[in-house]
Parts: sequence; C-alpha cells; structure tokens
Amino acid sequence: MSIGAIQGSQSTVLGMYRYDTTDKTLVRQRVAQFRDQTQRFLKGALSEDEFKHLRLRNGLYIQRHAPMLRISIPYGLLAARQLRTLAKIARDYDRRYGHFTTRQNIQFNWPKLEQVPDILQDLAEVEMHSIQTSGNCIRNITSDHLAGITPEELEDPRPWCEIIRHWATFHPEFTYLPRKFKIAVTGAPQDRAASLVHDVGVHIVRGPNGELGFEIHAGGGLGRTPIIGQVVREFLPREHLLSYLTAVLRVYNLEGRRDNLHKARVKILVRSLGIEEFRRRVEAEWQLLRDGGLRIDEAEVARLQSFFKPPGYLELPNIAPDLGREIAFLAWYRYNTTAHKAAGYRAVFISLKKPGVPPGDVTDVQMDFIADLADRYSFGEVRVTHTQNLLLGDVEQRRVYELWQQLRAAELATPNIGTLTDIICCPGLDFCSLANARSIDVAKLINERFDDYDYIYDLGEIDIKMSGCMNGCGHHHVGNIGILGVDKGGEEWYQITIGGAAGADASLGSVIGPSVPKAQVVETIERLLEVYVEQRGSEERFLDTVRRLGMKPFKERAYAAPLAV
Amino acid sequence: MPRRLLCNAKIVVDEWRYVAESAADAATPLIVTLAQWQLEPDTWLARGTPLGLVLSPPHHVQQIAADLEHFSLIAAEFSGPAEGRGYTQARQLREQWHFTGELRATGYVRRDQLFFMARCGFNSFELPETDIEDAHTAFATFTAAYQPSNDTGLPRKLCTTEYPAAE
Repeated sequence: MSIGAIQGSQSTVLGMYRYDTTDKTLVRQRVAQFRDQTQRFLKGALSEDEFKHLRLRNGLYIQRHAPMLRISIPYGLLAARQLRTLAKIARDYDRRYGHFTTRQNIQFNWPKLEQVPDILQDLAEVEMHSIQTSGNCIRNITSDHLAGITPEELEDPRPWCEIIRHWATFHPEFTYLPRKFKIAVTGAPQDRAASLVHDVGVHIVRGPNGELGFEIHAGGGLGRTPIIGQVVREFLPREHLLSYLTAVLRVYNLEGRRDNLHKARVKILVRSLGIEEFRRRVEAEWQLLRDGGLRIDEAEVARLQSFFKPPGYLELPNIAPDLGREIAFLAWYRYNTTAHKAAGYRAVFISLKKPGVPPGDVTDVQMDFIADLADRYSFGEVRVTHTQNLLLGDVEQRRVYELWQQLRAAELATPNIGTLTDIICCPGLDFCSLANARSIDVAKLINERFDDYDYIYDLGEIDIKMSGCMNGCGHHHVGNIGILGVDKGGEEWYQITIGGAAGADASLGSVIGPSVPKAQVVETIERLLEVYVEQRGSEERFLDTVRRLGMKPFKERAYAAPLAV
Repeated sequence: MPRRLLCNAKIVVDEWRYVAESAADAATPLIVTLAQWQLEPDTWLARGTPLGLVLSPPHHVQQIAADLEHFSLIAAEFSGPAEGRGYTQARQLREQWHFTGELRATGYVRRDQLFFMARCGFNSFELPETDIEDAHTAFATFTAAYQPSNDTGLPRKLCTTEYPAAE
C-alpha cells in the first residue's frame, strides 16, 4: 500500500498554530523537567505515589500491560510532519500502532517508561507534547473537527481554542484541581464536540447587538454520574473569556469535593449548589477579575486568527460526483465526505472503523500513508474527530475520486461514517486496568453481524458508543445505542441504553433492562433495530423514534423471548 | 534540630515556631491556628511578637481578611500531593487582599510543586531535609509563562503574555 514519497505537494502554509520561541522553550523545559523526575523515580528518590502525581500531568499512565502515553493533539489538528512523527514513535518505541481517542488525542499502549523522555523529545521537534493529557488539571481543549470548513459556523473556534490552550498550559493555580477538567469550544449550531458533556462547553454565539461572544455551559460530564451541562452565562463578551474561565476554575478549585474521587468533578459541585448558586459564586469572583490582566485585546485575537486563515483555495466550480462511477465510490462519497464552505472543495473522512480493527487504531504504515495523502490532497493537514476517525479537510472535489481509489487500495475507505458500524469505543479490558469488560471484542461482533451495507444504509444516522466500565470513556451514555461493560461474578456482561445523544440536543440514554451476556449483545441490538425499522416514520432517525415512542416497545422486544446464545 | 526552610530562594533557619511546638521563649514569633486565634486574639496580640496564622485547605481567605493586618506570616497547609486549594488561597491573599508578608507553604511541600507555588505568591517553603538542598533549582523550571500571576516567590518575575487592558 505504499505510495512512495509524494512530489510536488500543495502549499506549505498550514492553517494551524505554529510555535514561537517561547512555546519551543517551554516545551523543551518541560521535557527536561520530566526527564529529571523520571530519573529521580528510577533512582528511588521519588516514591511510586509521588511520581504518579507527576507523570500523570504528562499523560503517562501505568496500565494493564505497560505504561500508556497519551499525546496531546490540540483540537485534533495535525500537520503531516507531526503525523509522520507519531508513525515513527509507533515504530521505534511501540508495537507499530496508535489509538485515537474521543478527545482527539492519540495513545500509545506499549512504551517503556525509561524511553518516555526520548519520545517527548522527538515530539518537541515537531511542536507536540503530552502536557496535561492526564492528571487533575485542565486537559486538551477540543473542538469541532469541521472548524473553519463547515458552511454553517458563526466563527472559526480554533483561535479561541488556542487562546484557552495557552492560558491553561502550566497554569500555576489550576494544576492540582479536585479532578480533571475538560473544555470544548464550538462555533456552529451543530455540536460536533460533545460540548454539553464537558466540564465547560464554550459556544460562540451572537449577542444582543449582533456582536460575537460566548455562551458558557458548565457541569456536564459522563462517567458514573452522567449529567448534561447547564448554561452559566448566556452571553459573555469575548474579551472576558479567560477571566470568566478563571472564575469558574477558582470556584471549582476551592469548593469542589476532594474527599471522594467519584464526586470530585465540577458537575457534582454544580448539581449540589444548584446552577443559580454556582452562577452567583462564579459571577462574584469574576467581578474581581474581569478588569485585570486577563482581558483579551483584539490585536491578540487577530494575531491568533491569522494562523487559521484559509489555505490557498483555488477558484473551482462545485461539481457533483459522476453517477457513472462505481456504486462503492458513490456510497463512500455519500457517507464519508461532507460539505465545504469553499466552492469546489469537500471534506473527506478516513474511517478508522474497518471491521475487525479496534475502533480508532491506526498503524505506523497507515499514518505515514495518510500523511502523504494529506500533503498531496489537503494542504498537508489531518484532523482527528471526536468519533475516532480522521479527516482530510480541504480536498478538491475533482480529485475526490482519485483520493478514494488511494484510500480503498489501503483499506481505509470503509464507507460507514455516521452509520451503525462507526462505533465509538474505549480500549476496554484488553488494555485498560479500570475496565470490567472487553469492548473491542464486542465492536468486532457487531461488525461481523452487521456486514450488509444495504441494511446499514437503510438504518441511516445512528451511533453506537461503548465503554468497558462506568468511567464511560466510550461515551456510552450519549450513544443512540450505548453499551456498558459490567462485571457479573467475574464474567463480562453488558448493559444497554438507548436514546442518548451528544450533539446540540444532547440527552442521556435510558437503560432498557437487565444486562446481557456477551453472546447476546448483538442479538439484542438487532431486536432494537427491528422495532425501529417497523415503527419509524418517513426519514425519522433512530434517536427520534426512541424519543417519540419511549422505551416500552424496545424493552418488550428486547426481552420478549429467550435469546439464542 | 532547628527547622530549615527555603525563604526568598535561600536556605535559612526558621525563626518562627508553631504554638504546638515547645521551647518557644517569649520573644519568639509564633504561628497560631485559626481556632487558636479566634478563641483569644487579645492574648496573642498582647505578646507583642510578630504573629503568623495557619490557613487550612478548607478555610476561605475571606474568613481572615479582616484580621490580616495582625499577621506578618500566613502558612497555607498542603494536605498531600493532590492538594491544590493553597494555590488559589495564595493568589487571593496577594492579589485581592494585597498581603505582603511571608506566605509560607507547609505540609506536603516538595520541589516539584515549588515553581507553581512561587508563581501564586508563596515565598517560603517548608521542605523535607531530603529535598531542600536542590529545591532552589525548581525556580528555574520554566523561564516564561502564558498567564499573568503575581510571581511573588520567584527570584525574577516571569515575562507573561499579559494582555494590555482594552478600553
């Protein structure tokens, strides 16, 4: 599947943030600091527990088999050269693959502890790091994977993500929070960043006089206590974004629970105070901060916006795909490509949900190959979606067919984006020491059963999300169909929910009934889908049918007769 | 053995005693807990020596704001490696209440926390003897910062990306 070095690649001006001298210095200093901490641990000068608090702030977990290193991909944006470095890391330090996560990051499952400082050094060379990818601090800022591309957005959220990322990095006051803190920013009415299940969701909105500013949501989250975020402030003038976030974090840092790991997220604080009292405290603190040094001036906004200018699009007409092409191409075009605001361009998904492959996994060879495609077809840029796929954002429509041929030859053209088999899934019991049950395994079973694309396409827009334990890394609570691995007397069982959604109309799914053994998961899903197919209105999505009918018919069918094992 | 600490980036012998520590003569500056202070403030003031106050993690800076003028030292306590409230307490003391005395980190304090503590306003650190000799190197962990803070405890204020106040 190798296509060799690509000659004559497109423009090298990337629509992404580039490090200045300060950024480079700080990342280098972080590598030196972590190298020193690792050496002190290996020499015995730091205890396991002391080192844990330090390594976690650098994305390093000790997992079931080996350490797991999570690398930050700010709002999912990767340059081709960065993706090649990730491929090299997979090859040199790991088992030749990586795993993209629901927060647009990448994880490596097999690095050696003593080599982690070297990995970080390699990353620093291409302006990457693992800073604050774990630990009780402000995590990577995530966003819409169609930011800057989608026709319907009010404003590109990425410059704001970058402003927040700067402010949050090595924040002296908020590095030892009660628990982790996740922020997502979106600029379009469709929420593709699951912002309502984040600790803070920032939505770009228009104010009373038509000016752009932010609606601030807080207290969303998944895990053991799933909660949809609530509005703290309906309209925040844009120059106050950082002082307002500081006020939210300060109230949380002081008042969030620290006595119980499972009650320490800001969602629990918001729930126990009530949104009004939480808002009152945040606003009171903000009054003290709003006119201080965190006020963002327009010159700084303009400076950061200049990094995200549209690449050099050609003036091209919009063209429809040639209906004379293969059916396989047309199906792929329909599901794996999406509209672009620039005429003559299309955004193209690379599905990482090929049957038989763990969702989100990608090999070193594939990463190199995709990096080459990015250079050749999409201005050298790749995006990671929160649904664990990749995206080439800026592809000329006239070259989409050619790109499909390349992808298909490399088995990266599974035409299932947004369909039943585009499953979000955590690493599960295979890798994670927290998990109760395997999830990759179940994804495989679902893929094996639902292999008829006519049926899958007929079902239309539907998503399955699966977590191996109640920590909910696979977002099962907000899956149209959610699957949660539970431990029942040492056996892997699965609890199924329906009716969840992660977008602008976010909702939590409801449990259909008792959990089922692994062998019955697929059959149960099949029964739920039968009810949908029988009862749906014209053009009605699965989610809407569930919302209209309620649980009863689904529940009755799922448990109606004994399931074949 | 007298307690050593890192104060204003130098290792010094601590002149202060906590009330619970014995052998404090009448001239020794004392550090009292909030409960001790609230029970009999006049007794402590009558001593005529400088006074310090322990701020525990759950305490709010506002609780002691009215009494701040009596204290030339505040010792914020860190209960363990995950404790983080002291960082906010320090910033509030320095930036909202303009406390200019010694702000001390006590309890679980290690060199890896020092840089952020110093940025938040701590200028003295009760470190274990095993950590104290090399701890000053932590002040040079980073040479710049992305966010304004008071940096009171750093030998040199960092260059930050402070945004000029808009009109």
